[in-house]
Amino acid sequence: MAAADFTAPSIAYGALMPVLIPAGAAIVGVLVDAFAPSTIRWRAQVVVALAGLAGALVACGILAGEHHVTADTAISVDGPALFLQGTIAVLGIASVLLVADRSPGMDGGAFVASAATTPGSADERASIRSGRIQTEVFPLMMFAVTGMMLFPASNDLLLLFVALEVLSLPLYLLCGLARRRRLLSQEAAVKYFLLGAFASAFFLYGLALLYGYAGTVSLGGIHDAAVSGQHNDTLLFLGLALLAVGLLFKVGAAPFHSWIPDVYQGAPTPITAFMASATKVAGFGALLRVFYVSFGGLGWEWRPVAWGIAIMTMIVGSIFAITQTDVKRMLAYSSIAHAGFILIGIIALNKSGLSGSMFYLLTYGITTVGAFGVLTLVRDPDGEATHLSRWAGLGRRSPLVAGVFALFLLALAGIPLTSGFTGKFAVFSAGVSGGATPLVIVGVITSAMAAFFYVRVIVLMFFADPLEDGPVVVIPGGATSSAIAISVAVTVVLGVFPQPLLNLANHAVPFYH
Amino acid sequence: MTSTTTAAVQYAHATGVFKLTFLLILLPAIGAAVLLLGGKRTNAWGHLLGCAMPIGSFVIAVIEFFALIGRDGGENRQLDQHLFSWVPVAGFHVDANVLLDPLSICFVLLITGVGSLIHIYSIGYMEHDPDRRRFFGQLNLFVAAMLLLVLADNYLVLYVGWEGVGLASYLLIGFWHHKPSAAVAAKKAFLVNRVGDLGLSFAVMLMFTTFGTVAFDGVFNGASSGHARTGTMTAIGLLLLLGACGKSAQAPLQSWLLDAMEGPTPVSALIHAATMVTAGVYLVARSGAIYDVAPHARLLVEIVGGVTLVMGAIIGCAYDDIKKVLAASTMSQIGYMMLAVGFGPGAYAIGILHLLTHGFFKANMFLGAGSVMHGNNDEVNMRRYGGLRHVMPVTFMTFAFGYLAIIGMIPFSGFFSKDKIIEVALDHGGASGWIFGIVAIAGAGMTAFYMTRLMLMTFFGNKRWPRDVHPHESPKVMLVPMAILAAGSLVLGYLLILGGSLQHFLTPSVGPSLEVGAHTISPVVLSIITLAVVAGGVGAAWWIIGRKPVAAEQAPNVRPYAHATRRSLTGDAVNEAVFMRPGQYLTRALVYFDNRGVDGIVNGFAAGVGGTSARIRRVQTGFVRSYALSMLGGALAIGTTVVLLRVGS
Repeated sequence: MAAADFTAPSIAYGALMPVLIPAGAAIVGVLVDAFAPSTIRWRAQVVVALAGLAGALVACGILAGEHHVTADTAISVDGPALFLQGTIAVLGIASVLLVADRSPGMDGGAFVASAATTPGSADERASIRSGRIQTEVFPLMMFAVTGMMLFPASNDLLLLFVALEVLSLPLYLLCGLARRRRLLSQEAAVKYFLLGAFASAFFLYGLALLYGYAGTVSLGGIHDAAVSGQHNDTLLFLGLALLAVGLLFKVGAAPFHSWIPDVYQGAPTPITAFMASATKVAGFGALLRVFYVSFGGLGWEWRPVAWGIAIMTMIVGSIFAITQTDVKRMLAYSSIAHAGFILIGIIALNKSGLSGSMFYLLTYGITTVGAFGVLTLVRDPDGEATHLSRWAGLGRRSPLVAGVFALFLLALAGIPLTSGFTGKFAVFSAGVSGGATPLVIVGVITSAMAAFFYVRVIVLMFFADPLEDGPVVVIPGGATSSAIAISVAVTVVLGVFPQPLLNLANHAVPFYH
Repeated sequence: MTSTTTAAVQYAHATGVFKLTFLLILLPAIGAAVLLLGGKRTNAWGHLLGCAMPIGSFVIAVIEFFALIGRDGGENRQLDQHLFSWVPVAGFHVDANVLLDPLSICFVLLITGVGSLIHIYSIGYMEHDPDRRRFFGQLNLFVAAMLLLVLADNYLVLYVGWEGVGLASYLLIGFWHHKPSAAVAAKKAFLVNRVGDLGLSFAVMLMFTTFGTVAFDGVFNGASSGHARTGTMTAIGLLLLLGACGKSAQAPLQSWLLDAMEGPTPVSALIHAATMVTAGVYLVARSGAIYDVAPHARLLVEIVGGVTLVMGAIIGCAYDDIKKVLAASTMSQIGYMMLAVGFGPGAYAIGILHLLTHGFFKANMFLGAGSVMHGNNDEVNMRRYGGLRHVMPVTFMTFAFGYLAIIGMIPFSGFFSKDKIIEVALDHGGASGWIFGIVAIAGAGMTAFYMTRLMLMTFFGNKRWPRDVHPHESPKVMLVPMAILAAGSLVLGYLLILGGSLQHFLTPSVGPSLEVGAHTISPVVLSIITLAVVAGGVGAAWWIIGRKPVAAEQAPNVRPYAHATRRSLTGDAVNEAVFMRPGQYLTRALVYFDNRGVDGIVNGFAAGVGGTSARIRRVQTGFVRSYALSMLGGALAIGTTVVLLRVGS
């Protein structure tokens, strides 16, 4: 294409505000890190990050009901995109609040002062002694949020890939910042990076094949080409498969889930909360758009494989979780099982499947952030007490914290009157009406299995004898308290009065391209 | 809809005072929330709030009851109140509604009335318990869940209440969870109930696939329209029965009830009289329209009722534990109710009649048993009582009222309700009528035997309490509720049957009572026969137990049938093999797993952590490769499958 032919695409900046505001906040955060005096740096970063996310949330609210396809059809800001962007903003706020807590009980926060020092070396000891504070974490998170905001709005595979990398790269770094158990944390970062790069390669390969098939990278274009059916199908389906691998990796579906337990365990807990909630929302947002827009017309060809993946994901998540002895790993496997449940909503491929999945993502994300938030409060002398046996009898000594955690576990198990039940119900009923009844049956059975390990933790907390040298439950600072309080409120309210939000999700469909 | 034998079910909208119906549930729910979440701050006044809430509900229920009587019959007495839309998914719509009709108001009055008395009694009974506030919170939760169950206007909301009752009973039975036996009993109640709950949940699903709705009016109209296949209706009926068996402790799911006596005695009173065990009877009575078109399921309801009736009575003869005898009698009496509601249209009201009278006299006796235990250092073995009528005169008097009511002595309330059941059983006609009628009469005789045994061993005969025990009368706060219940045990049956008042009142909910042309046996003669059998039971008990001093220890060498009876007719053994063992193996494996983790930390924390981290490191370096390999394998599998499917199609 000759340079003279190229005209800059018109961009509806107003519609892109949910993406641009966090991006601006990230850049401001970098400047703050460079120029603000160290005394106010931490506080300033928290304010900038929260303002950026709140701004994005407000922008989503203002844009609600509109739909714009802009940047030469590369970006589609429509109902689902705005709903998911709003969800990501809310989850981001809760995660930033968890990151921001540096109250005395937290023993200096979850983050290391200098991530690059060798674990156990003199350098590391020196950096811990210096008492310096790590603040890069905020701009990094905001860059990741920028990518996440763009991800479900991308209407074009190339932009989708760019967004994927924008959201992934900061996360790789964030995983390595844990203050305690440094080795585990660095390994998590490297592992996430290597496997993430591997998955990205699959994604790119799939993208190339699809371009070869359709002659375009826009999702709508691929849909048109697939429906017209004039080209060689093998390219289309191979491309679809490889593209799906890249996306399924991000959402942690089996057999691309193996990184999840290790990375969730190694990463600093607030970052784990961020990854388990916001990243999953963004990943599923993209997955929903790609499958509903591009491949929705294809019919049954890809369904058997998708069924297999969903079933495998639900079973792997539920069964492996039972034998976990580490609370973080258990929650990681539970997040895998939840990914399987949401896949049912994607496979349903109908309006209620889309709205149900989006509702599920919001409820699951909020509950997960809250659960990891509680995790940061239960501490041993050397950091968080994540081994399950250490939680024995917690309900006797700290009934409030244990009760809140029990609520989150019940919500994750999908017990009625919690948000988890409503979400599961929405997705499962969409699955039945979408012709995926066997899948829903597997879903119900695996949820029952999953309920077993959630309830086991509750029983352990409330009915086992407390340990003599058991972990201390620290008094959370205002930030963590408000993050957990938000989660509790949303979990209960969406369980009892889900109607308004369900309406919102129902009105948000369908995708525009 | 085509014309049918039954008029279409239709509910009027709630107006005026009936708009307060939701408060019935909300008040105790608020009480539970405040007491359970409020923490130590509420210790000082928690029990007062806990009592005020059900009393508040009771007052509203009484007002609504009189307002309901003031309305014309028919649909005007069935009032539906829309609260909010709960599940609004396209194609499946469930509203959170409450339905106030004659059937539900009967239960509401029983639950809140008897429940309030039990709450008040608990102030005294639990006075020295450090967790009294938590106890009241859980009692309130129990009451709220039970009210939700009986006020729901569809099966899904009913199911929420159903589960809530299960949860609350689990918490309350295991209230003293420092006692291993209490923890085990709570677990057992929970697990056995889960089996029943499974039946109910499947029934609800089947209803939805059959009728496209789970609302009462939709399901009942669908059932009576006759469009659904009989097989489906029978399946729904049987599944509902399974649910009812679990909650109402009917054979074969009866075993949890005896162990549930581990809970504090007011809990036993609440479970046995006002809540929980009545839920199964309610479910069957409410689902009458379904059983009308499922005669096989109905027959099984009758059989379950008859079997449990006898089984409970036999078990009741063997135990020396006063609470377990009462528990067995509950099983037996609920069996009577099941039998009655099993007989179908016309007999529902009689089942409910017995349920209401039973609610009073059983609560009365449980509170009496609690009072006896309270005065005897929490001793439950009747072989350590004896001659208590002199030291606990009020308890004795009130208990005696309950005793006379349960054995069906004229003119106590049990006489009217039990006689009616025997009457409809015989009028049922055919071989089954005779069988069930004779079973019911025999049950009355056995009831007289074991209850007389209980009376004799507790209040009469030689004093057998140990030297350090000084039996004493209980405080007024406990005696007053007992006295009120005793008065109810005396007059309630007569009041409810006067002019067929209860039957007429219940007609809009459960259909009119059948006008029987000719009785199989004239009611007067039947009453005389029954009273004679009862007198025989009382005489036999006196002959065997009352004539000579009771031994303070149980005789070790007993004949095989007595041994089997002491083991609850091997019901436990069956349950153990079917439900408990498999679960236990799983649990044990997990406990083993847990113990290893705990021990590892206790035995050498430093070594443990070092070892664990080393192990993790070793595993993890290996895993990156294999993770990538598994991803590659997955990608290949997906790619080939998709392409192959494409080529193949």
